[in-house]
Amino acid sequence: MQDDAAVDKKLTPEEAEKLMHRVMWRQAHLSLYVAAVFIALLIVLPLFNLFTPALAATPVMGFTLTWLMLGVLFYPITWLLSAFFVKRSNDLESKISKEGTK
Amino acid sequence: MTFIPFALVLLIIVATIGLGIFATRKAKTASDFFVAGRSVGVLMNASAISGEYLSAASFMGIAGLVMKNGYDALWYPVGYAAGYLFLLLFIAGPLRRFGAYTIPDFAQGRFDSPMFRKIAVVFVLFIGFFYTMPQMKAAGLTMGTILGWPYWAGILVVGTVITFNVAIGGMKGITLVQAFQYWAKVFAISLPLFVLMSVFGGYNSHLGETAAALKASPRLEIGLKATVNGAEKAPLNTISLSAAEGTIIHFEHDGKYRIAKISPARKPEKGEDPISAGTFAFPVAKNAAMDDLRTQIASGKPFDIVNGADLEFATVPVSKGGQPVLKDGKPVRTGAKIEFEKGGSVTFAAAHQTSTANAGAIVPNAPSNTKWLNPFGPLSGKWGFPLLYTYSLIIALVCGTAGLPHILVRFYTNPDGRAAKRTTLWVMVMLGGFYLFTPMWGVLGRSMMPQLYVNGAYDSAVIKLPTFLENKLLGQILSGVTSAGAFAAFMSTFSGLLVSMSGAFAHDIYGRILKPKSSPEARMVAFKVAAVGVGVVSMLLGLMVETFDIATMVGWAFAIGAASYFPLLLLGSWWRGLTKYGAATGMLLGGLLSLAAIVTNMLLDKKVIVLELPNIVRALMEQPAIWGVPLSIISMVVVSKLTAKSIPADATMKMIRLHAPEEMGISENYIEA
Repeated sequence: MQDDAAVDKKLTPEEAEKLMHRVMWRQAHLSLYVAAVFIALLIVLPLFNLFTPALAATPVMGFTLTWLMLGVLFYPITWLLSAFFVKRSNDLESKISKEGTK
Repeated sequence: MTFIPFALVLLIIVATIGLGIFATRKAKTASDFFVAGRSVGVLMNASAISGEYLSAASFMGIAGLVMKNGYDALWYPVGYAAGYLFLLLFIAGPLRRFGAYTIPDFAQGRFDSPMFRKIAVVFVLFIGFFYTMPQMKAAGLTMGTILGWPYWAGILVVGTVITFNVAIGGMKGITLVQAFQYWAKVFAISLPLFVLMSVFGGYNSHLGETAAALKASPRLEIGLKATVNGAEKAPLNTISLSAAEGTIIHFEHDGKYRIAKISPARKPEKGEDPISAGTFAFPVAKNAAMDDLRTQIASGKPFDIVNGADLEFATVPVSKGGQPVLKDGKPVRTGAKIEFEKGGSVTFAAAHQTSTANAGAIVPNAPSNTKWLNPFGPLSGKWGFPLLYTYSLIIALVCGTAGLPHILVRFYTNPDGRAAKRTTLWVMVMLGGFYLFTPMWGVLGRSMMPQLYVNGAYDSAVIKLPTFLENKLLGQILSGVTSAGAFAAFMSTFSGLLVSMSGAFAHDIYGRILKPKSSPEARMVAFKVAAVGVGVVSMLLGLMVETFDIATMVGWAFAIGAASYFPLLLLGSWWRGLTKYGAATGMLLGGLLSLAAIVTNMLLDKKVIVLELPNIVRALMEQPAIWGVPLSIISMVVVSKLTAKSIPADATMKMIRLHAPEEMGISENYIEA
């Protein structure tokens, strides 16, 4: 582990502020972007059930459409979102590391 | 043949002890005990986190919830699994990069505030014990169901085994065990299901049959005996009969029943005429003894049934000021709701059958097919605000998952922030792969074992369904497999809770608050002592909660976690301006008010306190997350703005360390492994 006191000393408050934004905000941006998609799903599904009950009850292979969505398909959708996030997040972190502390 | 389930349960217990001892050989340092040396690989850690997370509530409770409530209950497994997405997006990476031993470390380190550590420790213990109690209850219940052991025996077995494992090996000792237990659980929840569905029809075919007969309700097999509970199992001692047709209940000759109250099953609206017990119920036979019984029923007071009887319970039209109440042009009817003081074995039969000759009675307490299959059924619609209830439930599950300290502490065991994120991704895959199966048990339970609705024993569906197989030997083996899976569930979750709570005592209370100068070795000894102490207290608490609902108790832990730790970690990781005063205010307000609301609601349910409250207030008390989480976040922001002077001087550097990739060389562990 590098001597972090040295890093502290090397950075002026302004530089630290800049670094924080560079390191944190781009990651925050990505997290919020994926979270927005996820939250939209969570908000829309109950509304879909409320306003289009007939469509929600459409039979699909024995399931109702909404049971199929919530009971079965919801899981793979969250897997895709997480996989997308982890890949993007790793790419972003590599990029941030290459740029260094200054 | 009950020795088969016992043998399989014994096998999982022996494997747990054996693997624990095996893994412990390498647990030597304090870092091994608290965070498994920060060297757990991604797949191993993902299995261990999943193993720890899948508790009694997941293994048995979800099947029961789906059986009881239908579609609405699907949100539980989805929320339990999808909550990890929030954890992944906002918490996993920064938390690992902080590099501490316990979650209270984060509380102190982020704000340089020893005071805040104390608050955080209290919450760890609060959430931990609330989560422990249902695990203990499930252990006692399962041993009782499969072997007829007394309630305390299962608690003693699980408590002792896990306390031993944790005390000898700490986090390092349980990681391998929990990983193994995840795979045991996946096997146990899925394999018996494949066999059952190949014989009795698949997931979609059972749902399809329900969808094809939306107006119908499930019926009991003719002549099937069912058990009704007495007052000792309250509130599961009531029977609500269908409004569609009358029901005859056969009380046995040698039974001793006492009925406390007969009232309408449909909750009367304002101004509707009261319906007397005598209007609902009357003996079928006509003789002196039955005439006497008839008078007793008509008196409206509690009455005994001895020497047996057949009582008919009619459906009664609802009226308001003498005029029939109409809905869609048809008169509204209600069945009876019978509250038992002393229960026993009874048989239900349909009264005056016309169109459905030779069918059994409509299952009491079971929602009709349409209410069960479609959204906004009995669970979310209980208080008349189904959309609000659904959203609040989703918030509690999703934010609560990201606020459980015993789960969060496992993220410190990852080698670095990236590994923490990859681990979370795999956790989601593993949990989804498990949760996909749990509702199937509930669906099968509804079509195959509707008698469980009578006494509310939904949680036992997973254990009992396999015994329906024609091949009794296979049935016993598969029931043994699910029983062993259930045991893996209580044991792994309890072991995680025990590590987290022992860590709080040994590291936070002993090592930081009481004896800051103690050596790592002394803290390791403290860990072992704490593990034994917490283990014993957990067993004692478990003995006290026999009548509590498993899902309800877990719900408490989630509600507190969602409104306390989740906002703390979310804002603490991403907002430089959060101060200790803001964070403490938000945690205390959100966590304690949510807890108060849930507990008050439960006391109202059990009629310990009597208070007329509007339905919307009751809905918000039962599911407080929709106001608790925003309240916590908003108070954190407002109070932090007011106390902006107390932002730590090096807050910017702290934020950089939380987010900078390790290879930049800025990160440092709060406690070096």
